[in-house]
Amino acid sequence: MAFALTLVALVVVLALSWRYLGAYLVAVYEGRVRWLAFLERPIYRLAGVDPEAEQSWQRYSLSLLVFSGVSILLTYALLRLQRFLPLDPQHLGAVTPALAWNTAVSFVTNTNWQNYAGETTMSYFSQMVALAVQNFVSPAVGMVVAIALIRGLARRSARTIGNFWVDLVRSVLYVLLPISVVFAVLFVSQGAVQTLAGPAHVHDALNGVTQVIARGPVASQEVIKQLGTNGGGFFGANGAHPFENPTGLTNFLSIVLILCIPVALTYTFGKMVGSVRQGVAVLAVMTILFGAWLAVGVVGQKEPNPAVAAAGLPAQPQGNTEGIETRFGVDSSVLYGIASTQTSTGSADSAYDSWNPLGGLALMAGMAQGDVTPGGVGSGLYTILPSAILAVFIGGLMVGRTPEYLGKKIQAREVKLAALAVLAMPLAVLVLTGIAVSIHAGTAPTLNKGPQGFGEIFYAFLSQGNNNGSAFGGLASNTAFYNVTGGLDMLVGRFAVIVPVLALAGTLAAKSAVPASLGTFRTDTPLFVGLVIGVIVIVGGLTFFPALSLGPIVEQLSHGRLFG
Amino acid sequence: MLVQLRRSVIVAISFAVLLGLAYPLAITGIAQVGFPAQANGSIGVNGSALIGQAWSGPDWFHGRPDAYDPMASGPTNLGPRSAVLERHVGARLAAWHRLGVQPTEQLVTSSGSGLDPDISPASALAQVPMVARARHLSPGRLRNLVTSEVHGRQLGFLGAPYVNVLALNEALARLARGGSAS
Repeated sequence: MAFALTLVALVVVLALSWRYLGAYLVAVYEGRVRWLAFLERPIYRLAGVDPEAEQSWQRYSLSLLVFSGVSILLTYALLRLQRFLPLDPQHLGAVTPALAWNTAVSFVTNTNWQNYAGETTMSYFSQMVALAVQNFVSPAVGMVVAIALIRGLARRSARTIGNFWVDLVRSVLYVLLPISVVFAVLFVSQGAVQTLAGPAHVHDALNGVTQVIARGPVASQEVIKQLGTNGGGFFGANGAHPFENPTGLTNFLSIVLILCIPVALTYTFGKMVGSVRQGVAVLAVMTILFGAWLAVGVVGQKEPNPAVAAAGLPAQPQGNTEGIETRFGVDSSVLYGIASTQTSTGSADSAYDSWNPLGGLALMAGMAQGDVTPGGVGSGLYTILPSAILAVFIGGLMVGRTPEYLGKKIQAREVKLAALAVLAMPLAVLVLTGIAVSIHAGTAPTLNKGPQGFGEIFYAFLSQGNNNGSAFGGLASNTAFYNVTGGLDMLVGRFAVIVPVLALAGTLAAKSAVPASLGTFRTDTPLFVGLVIGVIVIVGGLTFFPALSLGPIVEQLSHGRLFG
Repeated sequence: MLVQLRRSVIVAISFAVLLGLAYPLAITGIAQVGFPAQANGSIGVNGSALIGQAWSGPDWFHGRPDAYDPMASGPTNLGPRSAVLERHVGARLAAWHRLGVQPTEQLVTSSGSGLDPDISPASALAQVPMVARARHLSPGRLRNLVTSEVHGRQLGFLGAPYVNVLALNEALARLARGGSAS
């Protein structure tokens, strides 16, 4: 009952966000929002950007790639130079080169895969200036790509798709920063810590326990970690840590923060292409798949934990509580986990590695579908629209007409670019998983044995390839092999999708509109929603079913067996 | 290319100053003025209300079987079909049975943070006979004590009901000293 109310509350809040945040985003990207112009204009002036000048898709991509490259280098340098920088109460040393590379790529690509434990690796300065800055910037990059693609669909015979610098600065200033300020204060009021003081030393006279408790500027980083679908925790325990996520309310707000922008962007999309119904169709695809996997996850986690049952506990009325925090309970933890893995967030308020097999399958499924339901900030929309274009193409083949999407003819070039965008991630994930399971450096770091051990390896590459960043945390992946290959996986998953998408934006923008006729395949109907779901499920299923079979599916079916 | 490089560096540095310094420092200022107790870790006389501690023996209510190292948070990550998990749970079950307690699932499974400060109300009630015997207190009074320490769902529906183990044991200590149970 309480969980049903939680779901109702979530739907209501997201509906409001869809309508009002979605409309606000339209105003932001059309340049009608100016209340922070006193911050915005000096940045353009310093950088020599003319905010009125627009860019071709090639120049837009170049700006994005150079900026991302500089961000990686800067983040890497800050981590390597940590011991010379301030705000380091524990006097932590430099981050090692392989780990700094993996972490820099991870935060710039919006992945936030973490091969380190925050409390004993990162100084407060590194957390704030190296990592949290990318928590703002990387989702902003995702948003600008989505907006550029929307413009490509909306514009007629245009040569430009916007100005990267202007879109970037506006995403940060008008969207991410103000929401973060409000929610950071709210999180602190609930118990999230926000201090520059070092670890606290406490002694309990009742039981004689003495503890040293890690702290830091957590709340400010926590909210943008969720809002930007980043997912990188301040502490090793991520969102399960009471200082990051202290109460049932912050847990709920975390889920809202994760989902609000990806959901709102479907309204923005509909509005900017001139038909809100088109956005509703995309949102329907996302919602149906999200709901289906949420149900699988809840069913899976409500089952008793097989190992706990085998140890002799007669009943587990709450379900699988291994790795679950008491204050959240099983249901809310599943909702958090599904929200986190069906976007590209990857934060965790429970131990995903300890979820029952069906639950683990639900977690992987979101990523196997390409993290599009609703997907990361910006990246969800710009990754699902190529699937929509493929659906239009298939629909066009069925009725024997040149396919159109939103009045744009979909021809060979568009289909090729859409296919590239859809296939880059699976290619990287499967090749790297294949290499890892074949060599000792890949298999040695697994904690669990049997199908769960395979799951840890596959999950690692699936997560990084989708820029998700969640993990089956048993994998001890701070090794040269995983740091380097994981970094490559994240780069492919990010930029081998972004560049074809921007090219798609450019070629679509250049096209003139075809007037809709009786024979036009409508893209705002339940039939089209079904077709897009079909494309996503079939592509994801065909690509990943064998791997999923070797992991959670066989594990679910191995009744009575334990491994290791 | 060079233009883009120069712009990238300038924009990156502007963001580092604005988002990496101004934003977190401003939030720290607001937090330290508006919510100093929470912002510094909700620390009381006997430790943080949000960070669990290890309790042993029949005199105290126990929390989850976590590592409780606040400098190394995180779960065990043992999988649902892990033979290691089975052994750990088996040992915990045996330990509870020696104390005369029939445990709930939360008392034999570890948490997501390794620092869980709470247990479910049922997990606290399951320990009442043990504490009552050890401290020669009436089980009825202890059950009332537990009930008075239960936090319901936030706003009536968010999260799960819980008992904070440190707060419960502090209340128990007061009760044992003959003070008020509240």
